[in-house]
Amino acid sequence: MTTEPAKPFPLIFGLDTFGDVTHDADDRPLSHAQTIRNLVEQGVLADRVGIDFFGIGEHHTADFPLSAADVVLAAIAARTTRIRVGSAVTVLSSDDPVRVFQRYSTLDAISGGRAEVILGRGSSIDSFPLFGYDLADYEDLFEEKTELFAELLKGGPITWQGKTRASLHNQDVVPHPENGTFPVWIGVGGSPQSVIRAAHYGFSLMLAIIGGSPARFAPFSELFRQALESFGRAPLPVGVHSPGHVAATDEQALEEFWPRYLEVITRYSRIRGFAIPTRESFMYEIGPRGALHVGSPETVAQKIAQTLTSLGANRFDLKYGMGGLSQEALMTNIELYGTEVIPRVRELLGDRERRRLEEPTIVG
Amino acid sequence: MPRIAVLGAGHSGPVLARAAVEAGYHVSIAASRDPARIALIARVLAPGAEPRWAADAVADADVVILAIPIHRFAAFDPALVAGKLVVDVMNYWPPVDGLQAMFEDRTRGSSEIVQESLAESTVIKTLNHLGYHQLDEERRPEGSPERRAVGVAGDDPDAVDVVADIVERIGFDTVRLDSLRAGRLFEAGGPVFGASLRRSEFELAVRAEAA
Repeated sequence: MTTEPAKPFPLIFGLDTFGDVTHDADDRPLSHAQTIRNLVEQGVLADRVGIDFFGIGEHHTADFPLSAADVVLAAIAARTTRIRVGSAVTVLSSDDPVRVFQRYSTLDAISGGRAEVILGRGSSIDSFPLFGYDLADYEDLFEEKTELFAELLKGGPITWQGKTRASLHNQDVVPHPENGTFPVWIGVGGSPQSVIRAAHYGFSLMLAIIGGSPARFAPFSELFRQALESFGRAPLPVGVHSPGHVAATDEQALEEFWPRYLEVITRYSRIRGFAIPTRESFMYEIGPRGALHVGSPETVAQKIAQTLTSLGANRFDLKYGMGGLSQEALMTNIELYGTEVIPRVRELLGDRERRRLEEPTIVG
Repeated sequence: MPRIAVLGAGHSGPVLARAAVEAGYHVSIAASRDPARIALIARVLAPGAEPRWAADAVADADVVILAIPIHRFAAFDPALVAGKLVVDVMNYWPPVDGLQAMFEDRTRGSSEIVQESLAESTVIKTLNHLGYHQLDEERRPEGSPERRAVGVAGDDPDAVDVVADIVERIGFDTVRLDSLRAGRLFEAGGPVFGASLRRSEFELAVRAEAA
């Protein structure tokens, strides 16, 4: 295993959200419609405070009413000029790759070439019964649809045949993207085959790290690099998606985030039958060996710098928001992430890079 | 030390293979097809584990760890592991993996159903209740105050001991249950699924539920 030399890719800092229903000042849930309008404001603010990317994860539940993320992203695109917009993730297995391509190339047009797609399953399984798919077919669906999506991105009329949708014969799929294509990532939660698949199609790798030590994923970065090499491809970016929450102080961040986290995860543990998190397990997760990036701007910046360094990654997407948080807390989170966390991570990583270059090199 | 074959190179297979290699075992790893397809995964994620054809890996192994996606089990050939000690780390978890007709009989645990299919093998249920990242990160040497417990359940007490010894060398205390039926306590919805417990806590949780 070789150590990677200087990072060839610029640092990118994004925000991802599943569009959790926000609560009002009296802690009452807002309507889905108001939650979505709030989300547009969040995206606009993210642009204003210098964040590079704003992503929305497709979900189909009352807690996360973001079933048409691309429509919301288009609204954000129309009110911004700089920030990139994309899915985080698109559940391609239960969608039609042709429609996904059409929707995101339309978003690409509206945004002036700022659209991206992250493909994956995420934690969203609700789309399978909704659209008549069997979860057990997930891998086969994902494999074939990813292959078709990669073909579509090459541009030009397409001829394709498979088992999961109607054949295409010399079909021009429109609109054509602004710059011929748009960036595509594959979100990976722990499947090495997905890492190989991303490398095979020349898609970038987005590591979704939602529990345990981020450093544990370092072999996945290495696997991706070696797989790209074995397919004769040039290196590609590696990103990290992890949950978190930023507030003015560590105490405030904890106080805002923990009860909401407990509530949401408890609800899921009832459905899925796993253990309810304890305060102890939560404190472990926000510590140096856990996946949650929660705290003051300084705390979160230090942790992000550590995460990126340990994985040799050049992109970090903070998955912010947790059901029940207020719009005000979310807006503060976004503002602090843009104005304090990101500049501080850049500073920390710049320092590390300088120190690394200044270290004496032993030759011979 | 028993030789180990890990069947499956998905989420948990390479993690298990690495853990076993680091515990000093001779380990081979196999997927459903040509080992060349998993050579890179084995080299990077489980260095020291030898990628082989499934039949060859099993033939030379004393213990076979079955770490395939559970929805592939219906098509798994029982003859492949006939006469072997099989460690079942799979979970039947419909909210995440979808419904599987053969595992829908909720009066029985998934490993009881696996044992019924693999009639000529001895099936032991263990390690299923840990997430694969816990399996990777929570291994600790014997005597460490942070060492976690893992349940080992099976109908054959000698086989339970063989597997429990492997689990302990990998880095966990064990709590042994004397039937696959009792192993249902390790499944989703049970008291230890996804929990990170020390031995005394694990015993307490299991006993409370069994009572």
